[in-house]
Amino acid sequence: MQTTDVLVIGAGIVGATCAHALALAGLSVRVIDARLGGATAAGMGHLVVMDDNPAELALSKSSLDLWHTWAPQMDAGCAFTACGTLWIAANEEELQAAHAKRATLQTQGIACDMLDAAALARAEPALRPGLAGALKVRGDSVVYAPRAAQWLLDQAAAHGKVVFEQAEATQIDGHTVTLRDGSQRSAGAIVLASGIQAPQLCPGLPLRPKKGHLVITDRYPGTVHHQLVELGYITSAHHSDGTSVAFNVQPRPTGQLLIGSSREFDTTDPAIHRAVLARMLQRALTYLPGLADLNAVRTWTGFRAATPDSLPIIGPHPTHPHLWLAVGHEGLGVTTAPATAQLLAAQITGGTPLIDPSPYAAQRFALQVAA
Amino acid sequence: MPLNRPTPMHERCDILIIGAGPAGMAAALAAAPSGAAITVVDDNPQPGGQIWRDGPQVALPPLAQQHRAALAQHANIRVLTGTRVVGLGARQPTDKAPALLLEDADRGWTQHSHRIILCTGARELLLPFPGWTLPGVTGAGALQALIKAGLDVRGQRIVIAGTGPLLLAAAATATQAGATVVRIAEQAAWAALAGFAAQLPRWPAKALQALTLLNTGVRANTHVLEAQGTTQVQSVRLRQGAHAEETIACDRVACGFGLVPNTQLGQLLGCALGGPLSNGQGLAVDAQMRTTVPGVLAAGENTGFGGSERALVQGAIAGHTAAGHVQQAQALRGQLARWEGFAQALQTSFVLNEQLKALPRADTLVCRCEDVAYADLAPRQGWIDAKLHTRCGMGACQGRICGAATQHLFGWTPAAPRHLLAPARIATLAACGGPAPEDPGAAPPG
Amino acid sequence: MTYTSNTPRTVQIAVNGVPRQVPAGTSVAAALAQQPPGTTRTSVTGQLRAPLCGMGVCHECRVRIQGRIRLACQTVCAEGMAIDTDAGNAPGSAMPCP
Repeated sequence: MQTTDVLVIGAGIVGATCAHALALAGLSVRVIDARLGGATAAGMGHLVVMDDNPAELALSKSSLDLWHTWAPQMDAGCAFTACGTLWIAANEEELQAAHAKRATLQTQGIACDMLDAAALARAEPALRPGLAGALKVRGDSVVYAPRAAQWLLDQAAAHGKVVFEQAEATQIDGHTVTLRDGSQRSAGAIVLASGIQAPQLCPGLPLRPKKGHLVITDRYPGTVHHQLVELGYITSAHHSDGTSVAFNVQPRPTGQLLIGSSREFDTTDPAIHRAVLARMLQRALTYLPGLADLNAVRTWTGFRAATPDSLPIIGPHPTHPHLWLAVGHEGLGVTTAPATAQLLAAQITGGTPLIDPSPYAAQRFALQVAA
Repeated sequence: MPLNRPTPMHERCDILIIGAGPAGMAAALAAAPSGAAITVVDDNPQPGGQIWRDGPQVALPPLAQQHRAALAQHANIRVLTGTRVVGLGARQPTDKAPALLLEDADRGWTQHSHRIILCTGARELLLPFPGWTLPGVTGAGALQALIKAGLDVRGQRIVIAGTGPLLLAAAATATQAGATVVRIAEQAAWAALAGFAAQLPRWPAKALQALTLLNTGVRANTHVLEAQGTTQVQSVRLRQGAHAEETIACDRVACGFGLVPNTQLGQLLGCALGGPLSNGQGLAVDAQMRTTVPGVLAAGENTGFGGSERALVQGAIAGHTAAGHVQQAQALRGQLARWEGFAQALQTSFVLNEQLKALPRADTLVCRCEDVAYADLAPRQGWIDAKLHTRCGMGACQGRICGAATQHLFGWTPAAPRHLLAPARIATLAACGGPAPEDPGAAPPG
Repeated sequence: MTYTSNTPRTVQIAVNGVPRQVPAGTSVAAALAQQPPGTTRTSVTGQLRAPLCGMGVCHECRVRIQGRIRLACQTVCAEGMAIDTDAGNAPGSAMPCP
């Protein structure tokens, strides 16, 4: 049996950032991943400050700051682009929401500006006429998450003691993780960062899959310049329990457009759901009518891991000794991975967390002790 | 849009035939007397597939002309050219076959039918080598197709390379079009070529074809090493045997390494593979040309490589089966067996030289759509692992080129297609998500 | 193709704004190849590309015709057709707003 300080299960963006933080803190880390791909490889890689509630705002803002410190060092494959987000207001009511959002963000020192209808049309000529305006959040960015995760692991290995192993974990018992081939690995602490798969290793974790669809187009450079999101997105993301779609389009550095977003609960079927895809694209067409003639080159789905209150679980498992959780990031995994890792590493090492960890504590859910 | 009526989002027929090459045309003509509503779909501008491709520089063989004329005579056969299957559609309970999503230059729609006959043919195996992305480097069958479509090659120096009978056919087309075919570099050994030539006299029409195809520029045991040039190909390096190399100045390199059956649509529908004349990579069909998916049949080169004669008979059997003509389908079995016998015998060993796997350099692109280099793929464990680390296979060709290439280079099995078979307009996907409005009792979409 | 007395022997097209006459029935790919190197597009890392497979499989011959991306090898030149190749456009020219 082999021992290390920390064994991280999951090398997606959350696991990779946790491994990175722990390695830089001087701990020896083993990262295992089954290499089957999860939300990190499926998502948009949109780095966006979200202000639905103070805890979400703190986690996303703190993370964005960390992303910006890393950006100059990341390799070209990570494709970090500080394109900013435009929160689109389709009417007066949404414009008021945009003003309120601006006020909230400015209290946190986040740079943002209001665009009126004319300024919006100049900033994004492809949007349909008649929109009310937008809130521009300048620091929001885009990153190619699978490569960013690899960069973080490479950095961790360069600055600390890190071993990566391609393997599937099948059981966690105290200090020990059993792998698919029957062999075992042990560590002083185990970090579970395997996204929607996590309940398989820790039954009782309150995670529900939220299926999303994405479409990427052929290259049409110059069509769209910022990540464009409708203000109704917030309502879609967090309040509806049924199937919902929202306008969300990202310009890739290649000139391709990445089109989202949709949310369906409780299905784990990875197949494209044609009707949901159609609804999502119809929604996008109401903002960008010119999309109609563009070619979709590829479509895919992914599963966000959602908790009951839409905040991730970051911290020690309340009853399982030596087990730490970094799961449940829903649609903000890439955004909030850095602060997640900082919080988790601080709790494991006894260091000082940058923000208050209590809103993300596992204790807030009545977690069952697994048999 | 010349008229104000809305274009239908749903269309229906009894028998839907994908591909208007010999197999597809034969299927349509066999089924036509039943009176069934038949729609034949092909993404090329004219029917004919590859072997009967039409164009401004083409004199169609009589058999091709007869088939084209016969198609036009049946009022119940509708041929849609310039039309492509982009994916699966939303099926209705009354359909006895899967629904398909179709697109042409103007619109997209869901096509419903009771029988689908897949006659999607085969494509060339294109393998990466240094310089293969240079303008002027094409496949061998590709050169034929481009010439037929009006490519002017008069006075051009062309090197043809790769493997298989297609090289000789391409050389003939190029020579007739006024090019100088400087070299035909067949990577197989002389024994293979001799074996192939020895079989030809058994095959009625092919012996004649072979005579017109013989060319003194043929070198066996010779393969391409590198295409060279700046903005386009200017020369090509070849290796003969173990050591001898030569560099030939040329305007074009036409290099193809045999055929790969076009099974993507079949696989998307769930059809099993296993065609005997295709190393198990073609669509599996029974004696009536039915695939393993109810309502779906297949005929032609997508089931295995047997030439146009076999494709015609398979197509006819499929058409009869789809129309319910059991006896007429049966009656063709003897003919089919004969052509399959020839095809088996003709399956000489145009086996690919192991050296071809070593052609790519570290920076040679393997995925041309996303510019993924050999060095980025070689360490990966398989197709899925490659997609976690690179964008290989995520581009417009849906992995058709790089999937076949990585299968050859590394032994990876490309994943079956999952939704889109080809790029599709956003308008098509936005409009075609659910059942037809005139069927309120239709099953839930998706 | 059979030519009647009414069939035009050539059609007029424009490639990247430059007018050209091509024989009727010529594919867009063949028409582009009249001006070597017959480039149809620029790859994502900036390489010039031209048709590879000639039969609608490889998608190297993507060009823009009247606002839509189409495959040149499967499109026949029509009178008045305006064809734009993206050769010469730098890839990734969708730069973020400052």
